[in-house]
Amino acid sequence: MTPDFITPVLDYLLLAPFLIVLGAACVGILVEAFVPRGGRFYTQVVVSVLGLVSALGVILWRWGSDGQGLIDPWKDNIVTGTLIIDGPAQVFWTIIFGFGLIAVISFAERRVHAGATAFTPTAAAIPGSKAESEAAQAGLIHSEIFPLALFSMAGMAMLVSANDLLMLFLGLEILSLPLYVMVGMSRHRRLVSQEAALKYFLLGAAASAIFLFGVAFLFGYSGSFAYDRLVETITFTSGGEGLLLGGIGLIGVGLLFKIGAVPFHSWVPDVYQGAPTPVTAFMSICTKAAAVGGFLRLFYVALGGFRWTWQPIFAGVAILTIFVGAIIAINQKDIKRVLAYSAITHAGFILVPLVGASTMDTGLIDGQAGSVASIMFYLVAYGFAAIGAFSIVSLVRKQGHEITDLSAWAGVGKRNPFVSVLFVIFLLSMAGIPLTAGFVGKFAAFAAAWQGGFAWLALAAILGAIIAVYIYIRVIQVMFFTEPDEGADEVELAVPGVATWIVLTVCMLGTIGLGLVPGPLLELLQNASAFIIPAK
Amino acid sequence: MTSMYAILAVILFTIGLIGFLIRRNALVIFMCVELMLNAANLLFVAFSSHYGILDGQMAAFFVMVVAAAEVVIGLSIIVMISRARRSTSVDDEILLKG
Repeated sequence: MTPDFITPVLDYLLLAPFLIVLGAACVGILVEAFVPRGGRFYTQVVVSVLGLVSALGVILWRWGSDGQGLIDPWKDNIVTGTLIIDGPAQVFWTIIFGFGLIAVISFAERRVHAGATAFTPTAAAIPGSKAESEAAQAGLIHSEIFPLALFSMAGMAMLVSANDLLMLFLGLEILSLPLYVMVGMSRHRRLVSQEAALKYFLLGAAASAIFLFGVAFLFGYSGSFAYDRLVETITFTSGGEGLLLGGIGLIGVGLLFKIGAVPFHSWVPDVYQGAPTPVTAFMSICTKAAAVGGFLRLFYVALGGFRWTWQPIFAGVAILTIFVGAIIAINQKDIKRVLAYSAITHAGFILVPLVGASTMDTGLIDGQAGSVASIMFYLVAYGFAAIGAFSIVSLVRKQGHEITDLSAWAGVGKRNPFVSVLFVIFLLSMAGIPLTAGFVGKFAAFAAAWQGGFAWLALAAILGAIIAVYIYIRVIQVMFFTEPDEGADEVELAVPGVATWIVLTVCMLGTIGLGLVPGPLLELLQNASAFIIPAK
Repeated sequence: MTSMYAILAVILFTIGLIGFLIRRNALVIFMCVELMLNAANLLFVAFSSHYGILDGQMAAFFVMVVAAAEVVIGLSIIVMISRARRSTSVDDEILLKG
């Protein structure tokens, strides 16, 4: 007996933001093929900015109408939808596309690089070869970076709304594959950039394989990829705990790797340092937000019934991540590595409210800041600070090359006070000093863990946050209160072009604005923080 | 019967993981990752036939497509490195450390 084919019911309006971004990426590839070289770069910028703006527009326009809708792509009696677009999914889409848009604008910066971009003129040429210098002289530009970023964002969007283990895996891969290429496309120091790409690729591919093996375990445990079958099996069936535990462990490794949590963090500093700085900015917030979003849905919705087992494990991971990140960062000599270790610390801070979830569907006690809402706020706050900080890192130059050695940064702040003060604001927000967005984010995150019954974890995280403050103080001290060595005068801040000014302004307004008036956004996120658990 | 396939899959996966950890040539490391993916595929198909459903077999096709895409990107990165450095060993000239 062959089962009847049931036509899938798709709500295209709900799916629209995702489809628009994917469509813009495909248009980008066609632009690469058909638009003459001269106009290609600006066409790509326009296509990707338009795509992201309209995707964001659709999300905001649908917001509040019935943004709580559920889509069932393969609707039949056994399987519910493989993608769910609920409140958290919409918020994470907004975060990913919003910060993705800011990052894409920073990709378009050309003035700082004397008419070129931060990306290599031809990625295929051997570093230092004749072909490379000829391509640079001819003014070639790799505009493929824009469609690659859009594809990556489409994968991220898939990851955060996946309601099915297979979809989760596909989202993870669509996110990662373009990133591997983007990491290797730096204009200067190409060998380093290529090495970073190789490291990221090999470790990332292994993490995906481990993740996939975990998916196979959970498939064997519940006999389905759907989250709701997993919930059912955990609730009503006994036996097979070995498969369940093994599956959770292996999947956890894969997702913790993408978040950049200790002990799966070793790629973060190398890749952050080697990647072109705008790509580092993109990765630091968008990849993290996507992985955290997928993680939240998987562990709250599908594995919430098993939380007594995973909560203590992730509590340990969170503490380890915060302290290892904070302590190693103190000793770093390269600004991008300092920011990379600070990114690891932030991954730990994000795990704190994730562990201390009070209720599993929303992580929310009535009238209090819930885990999901506080994590989303934390990501927004961190995103503004991270993208802003990395944009300024790309401005500090010596003879036209980006210089990230911290010792060369001595006294930069005194010579270029205006831009340096912006940098200080971003660092203080990362450190969680009051009146910045980062403070509110940390406060909400730790409060959520406290209310969820993990007071000891919140206290340990506060201690970690105090140690982490020193990372940023040290950078500020080097910039403003250290005299430069002999011959260090050539280090200057490049004059930012329009693109960088847009990025810096938005990030500064976000950081200070959310620090002074966090209420409306917190309330909005709180209302949107309920995961839909598909009903049988 | 399913448990036999599961054990085989776990053995394959372990071989892949050990190879990933101890081999020093980027190409061989990459092959070990592919072995891990194939071990997962075997497990999908075995569980699929255990439950008498098609989901796992469908998943195996998805994984094959993903693995193929990964090969394209991975090989191009490895070729790029080997042309620039005349070597594919992951121990050579480590520039990124600290």
